[in-house]
Amino acid sequence: MSGHSYDAENYWKANLRLIFGSLVIWALASYGFAILLRPLLSGIAIGGTDLGFWFAQQGSILTFIALIFFYAWRMNKIDEKFGVHEE
Amino acid sequence: MSQFAINLLFVGGSFLLYIGIAIWAKAGSTKDFYVAGGGVHPVTNGMAIGADWMSAASFISMAGLIAAGGYANSTFLMGWTGGYVLLAMLLAPYLRKFGKFTVPEFIGDRFYSKQARLVAVLCLIVASVTYVIGQMAGAGVAFSRFLEVESTTGLMIAAVVVFIYAVLGGMKGITYTQVAQYCVLIISYTIPAVFISLQLTGNPLPPLGLFSTHIESGVPLLERLDQIITELGFRDYTADVDNKLNMVLFTLSLMIGTAGLPHVIIRFFTVPKVTDARWSAGWALVFIALLYLTAPAVASMARLNLMTTIYPEGPAAEPIEYDNRPEWIATWEQTGLITYEDKNNDGRIQLYNDSEAFAPEAERRGWAGNELVVNNDILVLANPEIANLPGWVIGLIAAGGLAAALSTAAGLLLAISSAVSHDLIKGSINPKISEKGELKSARISLAVAIVVATYLGANPPGFAAQVVALAFGIAAASLFPALMMGIFSKRVNNKGAVAGMLAGLSATLVYIFIYLGWFFIPETNNLANTPDNWLLGISPLSFGAVGAMINFAVAFAVSYATEEPPVEIQELVESVRYPRGAGSAQDH
Repeated sequence: MSGHSYDAENYWKANLRLIFGSLVIWALASYGFAILLRPLLSGIAIGGTDLGFWFAQQGSILTFIALIFFYAWRMNKIDEKFGVHEE
Repeated sequence: MSQFAINLLFVGGSFLLYIGIAIWAKAGSTKDFYVAGGGVHPVTNGMAIGADWMSAASFISMAGLIAAGGYANSTFLMGWTGGYVLLAMLLAPYLRKFGKFTVPEFIGDRFYSKQARLVAVLCLIVASVTYVIGQMAGAGVAFSRFLEVESTTGLMIAAVVVFIYAVLGGMKGITYTQVAQYCVLIISYTIPAVFISLQLTGNPLPPLGLFSTHIESGVPLLERLDQIITELGFRDYTADVDNKLNMVLFTLSLMIGTAGLPHVIIRFFTVPKVTDARWSAGWALVFIALLYLTAPAVASMARLNLMTTIYPEGPAAEPIEYDNRPEWIATWEQTGLITYEDKNNDGRIQLYNDSEAFAPEAERRGWAGNELVVNNDILVLANPEIANLPGWVIGLIAAGGLAAALSTAAGLLLAISSAVSHDLIKGSINPKISEKGELKSARISLAVAIVVATYLGANPPGFAAQVVALAFGIAAASLFPALMMGIFSKRVNNKGAVAGMLAGLSATLVYIFIYLGWFFIPETNNLANTPDNWLLGISPLSFGAVGAMINFAVAFAVSYATEEPPVEIQELVESVRYPRGAGSAQDH
């Protein structure tokens, strides 16, 4: 089982780091800007309401899409770098 | 041609298309029935996931709830999209690498126990049946409108159609049918929205129209909406909410529920490679976002149109007379989903918020109570009529709503039937069952699930989207934690996983049943479902997130108190983490 090698361990760590970073942004765009931090952003007006409302109804969704594609793209690079990609 | 004939033409035509495709791609083997041969491109797969995902809840019900609740109900938008981030990063690629047919199969193998597999089957069935109840309720609304019958009759017709439809094909038939359904549903959802956005704001893109200026009044659309509804005693559309804890937990519950729902996860088994599983999640969300970015615009514009229909001279002037009501109100009255009662006998339609705060104003205007009750679930279907759009647009939206309800119901029923036939019967009761016998038991369990869901769908414990939200809570509390721990922890063992799933599932179910009735049977609830009665202000819809935390906590506690999983299981966990060596999905 090659899975116990040093490289495999680093591969998994790189993956976990990337997931962690992505999930911080994921949480910030939804739970942060759209819900808990909305009062802080209420000064920024946008089409009859404020930025928090925009994040709740559109901004968070756009962020999610960008995050998934970014993750898929980065992971493919990491797969190749550690040589664990599929042939 | 009458509107009825146009509806029939659009709905009938779209059905012939789906059934034609289902027959053309009829599943031949059990493998085809479950996973479509594993040869589906990420973009195609993303579209099929989109159709699978966007159900009656997203299509028919969600915009209506946002229209009624405003900002507070943005939770549905974030919750039902944000889960894809979790799926793409925490589950999909690893489950694809694992390469089996069903969710209980993974749980059974990873936690090396038949018991764990059976508990997973139980969780899957409870979540999926609840989900189907919501679909049946939504499909019932759609059928009752376009056939102009009473809503219970509509529900019965929906049940028969779903049954015929789901029995015809397995996953293979469904994948291509669902691509067709996605196209029908997205076109029918966006066309009326584009028209309405143009009418109100001059902007052809509804998501931009939402934040544009309302042509008639010259102020931003959302500001205008706020002005009108607050004058009638309603809450500000864009107002912030006080109970943020509940809002966060509800959103979280929908997100992790998304990642725990078997009919979505099963889709990731059908891609050729691990990298494709990651891309599939992204494409799925792109296709889903097309509708989810349009929905909030539909919601606010429909609410505005509804208000200006009833109060053509503005909220300070008198509302319209009942005898001069638009035709759509009359047609929806037939279904019983709009009701009118002339409480002050003035022949006009007073639509306002009957609250205590507004009572003095209502009295001053000689109003004796709100007279028009509009069911939230009809808003999207009635939207083109409210905006006076041509008849073919109304026919189109009926076809789209049914496509949404049917595609999801079929996907879920497939997940239920494969759990029963593959995991329950073949996996433990009768391992020697023939392929033919397995397919037969799959179809019988499908029929039973439809009957149960139809029975409970007649008196659903909420609007379609709320019932579906309950299903998400259940999936969030039971399946998601088990799947995630199975991949990210080598230490969680069979006992921990089983205890965790049972604790999460039962805590969530008990909390839901206390407020919504035991097994959703009306009038068997112990406490009234009002915010004052909720524990810490947490609604039964939001409790799934708490259930998931209970699941994680119990699983870790039990696992660390008992022995480590065997070495070969730890190696299995290792192997799902690395993409190399993923074959196609395997039977065993």
